[in-house]
Amino acid sequence: MLTYIARRLAGSIPIILGITMISFAIIHLVPGKPTSAESALNPKVSLQVRERIEKLYGLDKPIHVQYLEWTRRLLKLDFGRSFSDGRPVIEKITERLPVTVGINVLSMFFIFIVAIPLGVKSARSSGSWFDTSATFFVFLFFAAPTFWVALLLMQLFCITLGWLPISGITSLDFEYFTFSQKVIDIVRHLALPVFVSCITGLAAVSRYMRTSMREALQQPYIYTARAKGLPERTVLYKHAFRNAILPIITILGLSIPGLIGGSVIFESIFALPGIGRLFYEAVMMRDYPLIMAEVVLGALLTMAGNLIADIGYAYVDPRIRYAKKVS
Amino acid sequence: MFLSFVEKTKLPVFVVVFLFFAGSEGIAEDRGDAFVVGSISDARTLLPIIASDSASQDVCSMIFNGLVKYDKNLDLVGDLAQSWEVKEGGLVLVFHLRRNVSWQDGRPFTAKDVEFTYRQLINPSVRTPYSGDFERIKTLEALDDYTIRVTYKELFAPALSSWGMFIIPKHILEKQDLNSSTFQRKPVGTGPYVFKKWKSQNYIELLSSNTYFEKVPFISRYITRVIPDESTMFLELETEGLDAAGISALQYKRQTDTDFFKKKYYKFRLPSFSYLYLGYNLERGLFKDRRVREALNYAVNKQELIDMVLLGYGSIANGPFVPQSWAYDAQFPPAAFNQAKARSLLNDAGWKDDNFDGILEKDAVSFEFSILTNQGNEERIKAAQIIQKRLKEVGVRVKIKVVEWSVFLTEIINKRDFDAVLLGWSLSRDPDNFDIWHSSKIKPGEFNFIGYRNKEVDELLVQARKTFDQEKRKNCYFKINKLIYRDQPCMFLYVADNLFVVHKRFRNIEPGPSGIWHNFIYWWVPNVEQKYRSKSAIVP
Repeated sequence: MLTYIARRLAGSIPIILGITMISFAIIHLVPGKPTSAESALNPKVSLQVRERIEKLYGLDKPIHVQYLEWTRRLLKLDFGRSFSDGRPVIEKITERLPVTVGINVLSMFFIFIVAIPLGVKSARSSGSWFDTSATFFVFLFFAAPTFWVALLLMQLFCITLGWLPISGITSLDFEYFTFSQKVIDIVRHLALPVFVSCITGLAAVSRYMRTSMREALQQPYIYTARAKGLPERTVLYKHAFRNAILPIITILGLSIPGLIGGSVIFESIFALPGIGRLFYEAVMMRDYPLIMAEVVLGALLTMAGNLIADIGYAYVDPRIRYAKKVS
Repeated sequence: MFLSFVEKTKLPVFVVVFLFFAGSEGIAEDRGDAFVVGSISDARTLLPIIASDSASQDVCSMIFNGLVKYDKNLDLVGDLAQSWEVKEGGLVLVFHLRRNVSWQDGRPFTAKDVEFTYRQLINPSVRTPYSGDFERIKTLEALDDYTIRVTYKELFAPALSSWGMFIIPKHILEKQDLNSSTFQRKPVGTGPYVFKKWKSQNYIELLSSNTYFEKVPFISRYITRVIPDESTMFLELETEGLDAAGISALQYKRQTDTDFFKKKYYKFRLPSFSYLYLGYNLERGLFKDRRVREALNYAVNKQELIDMVLLGYGSIANGPFVPQSWAYDAQFPPAAFNQAKARSLLNDAGWKDDNFDGILEKDAVSFEFSILTNQGNEERIKAAQIIQKRLKEVGVRVKIKVVEWSVFLTEIINKRDFDAVLLGWSLSRDPDNFDIWHSSKIKPGEFNFIGYRNKEVDELLVQARKTFDQEKRKNCYFKINKLIYRDQPCMFLYVADNLFVVHKRFRNIEPGPSGIWHNFIYWWVPNVEQKYRSKSAIVP
C-alpha cells in the first residue's frame, strides 16, 4: 500500500507541472490585462503611470521568462503577491479558507447523513409514495436556482419570522459577546447558507445511493443472506450497503477539491467572505499570481481526492488491492 | 442657500421637511452608537496614495486628511492647512499647517509628513495612480515645521485641489516599501476615525478618535459592511441591519415606498459626478461628417432614456460637465428630440434609403454600426437597446455588443477597435478635463480615444488650466462646452442620480451639493434610540 501511495505521489509531480504550464499559458493568452476596474478609465491616472505599474508587476517580460520566475518562486513555496493590493497571495487565500471550508464541510456532512439514509430508504421501497416524493423534492431543489431559494428563505426566516440574520458570518457586536453567545451567533449566521447548500446538493448523493443500493439488493448474495435467515438489518447494512457504498466514495473523493471551491452567487447572496468571490474577482482583474495559486491548490486537492478515493476503495472492497505488483 | 440648492438639484420636498425636524431637535447631541454602511465591494488598500477604487477611498476619507477639502457647497477650504497663499500668479502655493494636529499614534503632524507624502507620490517605484498632478511640481520645500512652499513648473489651476490628497505619516512609513507595507491593512491617519479591524470581504471597523483636531465625532463606530448582492443589501435594510446603503432606481421608486421605509429611513437623491455618453470613433468614415453626428443626437430621446433606464432619476447631459460642478452652464440647452430634423440632416449628408429597406444608404453602403459596452452594467445595456430602437426609426441599423471589462479596455478602447462605445465618465471635483478632450491625448491607452480634435478647444483647455480666477476659468469651460456640444464628438446622454437611504435615528444630516458626508462627525443619535454598544478608541 505504501509503495503504491509513493508511486502515485511521484507520478503526480509531472502532472502538476503540466497543469501549471497550461494554466499559465491560458490565463496569459486570454485577452485583457491586469486592470483595476476603477483606475483603468480614470482620467486622473495617466498612461505613463499605468505603464509604470505594469512594469512593476514584471509584465513587460516575455511569457516564458515570467513562467520560469513563477516556478522558481513556487519551489520555495512563494506564490507571490496579488496585483490588486500587493498582499501575499497565500495570506489572501488562507484568510478566506475557514469560511469556505467550514461551510462546505458542514454542508457535505449534512448532505451525507441525510442523503445516504434517504437513498437506502428509497431503494428499499422503490416506487413507493416515499420514494416518489423524495425523488421529486431532491430534484426540485437541485433544479431551483440557489439565489432564488436563498432569497425566499431569507424573506421567510429573516424578515417575516425574524429568526435569523440575513447575511455575514458574525454580528457587529460580536466581540462584546460571551463565548456561548458567540457560538449561537455563528450558528445563527451559518444556518441558512448551510441549509441552502445542503438541500440544493442532496440530489446527487441520494440518487447514487438509491441506484447502487437497488442494484446491490438484487444481487444473488442478498437472496442467500435472506434465505439463511439473517436479520434484515444485517442484510442491509453488512451485505448490501458495503457493496453499494463504492460510488459514494468516488463522489466523496471527487468533492475534496470542491471543499475549497465556493460559488460566487452563493457567497454574494449571503455576503460570505469566501474563496469563490476571491477567485472570481482575481479572474476579472487578471490577477495572475492569485489565479495561479488557486489553480495549483485546486490541482493538488483534486489529485489528493483521487488518491483518497482509491485508498478508500481498497478499504471497503476486499476485491481491490493495490500493493501487489507483478514482477 | 438652502432653497437655491433644492432648486438646483430638484431634490424632492421631503428632504426639506425632515431638515426642519432635525434642526428643531438638535439639543442633546449624545455620543455613542455605530453607523453601519453597506458597500457592494470591499476596499483594496487603506494606504490612500495607492487606493484607486471608491470603496477604499471612502474608508480612507474617515481616517485621513488632505491639506484642503471640499465643503458642503463644493468650495475648497482648509483641512490640515489652516490657510494658504497663492503667489506669483499661481506658480507658488504656500500652505500654513494647523499646529494642533497629531497622528493617531500620538506623534505630531508636521510639514515633514507633507514632504514625505509628496516624495512618495513622485517615486517611480511606488504603485500610485496619482503621480500626474504632482509631477508638475518643480520644488517643494518645508520652510519650517508648519509651512510648505510648493513651486510649480508652469501655471496649473487644479493644483490647489490636488492637495486634497491624503497625507500619510512619515515616521511610520519612512523605512517601508509602500507597495507591500502592512500599513495598507493597518492605517494610521490624522482623521476623525481610528482604524480598528478589517475582515476581508466582510467588514471594516473604525472607532472615533479622541484626539481629532476638529472635534471628537459623536458616533463612536463607523463600520463598512461588504454586501455584494443588491437584493441582499435591500433585505438588510428591511431588517435595519444597515444604516445606509445605495439602492437601485427600482428600489428607490417602488420597494422603498412602504410605511416601514418611510418611518425608518431618509431617502436621498443627489446628482452624481458622472455622465453617460455614446462616443463615436471619429477616425471612421461613418462619423466624419458632423451633420451625421448631429442627426444621431436629434434622433435619440434622452428623457426617454432617463425615464426607462433610471425611472426618471437623472437629468439630460448638456455637455462634458455635470450640474454639481461650478463649470456647468445651466443656461445651455441640449438639443431637443426631433427625428424629422435628424432625417433631413442625414439626407443633407447624402444618406438616402435608395432600396427602400428602411435603412439609409450612401454609395451603396448601408448606415450601420455597432455599439460596444461593458459587461455587468445593466443600465448601459438597456440604454443601448433604446438607442438602437430610436436610430432604427431614422434608418440607422445598430448592433449591440457586450464585452467583458478587461478585454473591453485592452482590445477595444486601447486599440480603438470600435464604431461607437457606450461609456460613462466619472469626473473629479475640479472641472479640468484636458485629458479627455485635448488632441494630444489620443495615443493608445490615453483618454481621448474617440479621437476628438479641435484647435479652439485645445487652446481653451490649456488656457483654462492656467487660469486661477474661477470666473474667468468658468468662461473658458462654458465656451468649451458650447464648442464640444456643437461638434458632437459623442452623444451626451444623461447624468444619473445617486440614490441612497440613511437611517432616521441619525440627526443633523445636512445635504448639500457635495452630498451628505461633509458633516458626518456632527451626526448623532439620541441615547434612547442608540442601537449598538460602543467604545471609543483608546489613544496611546
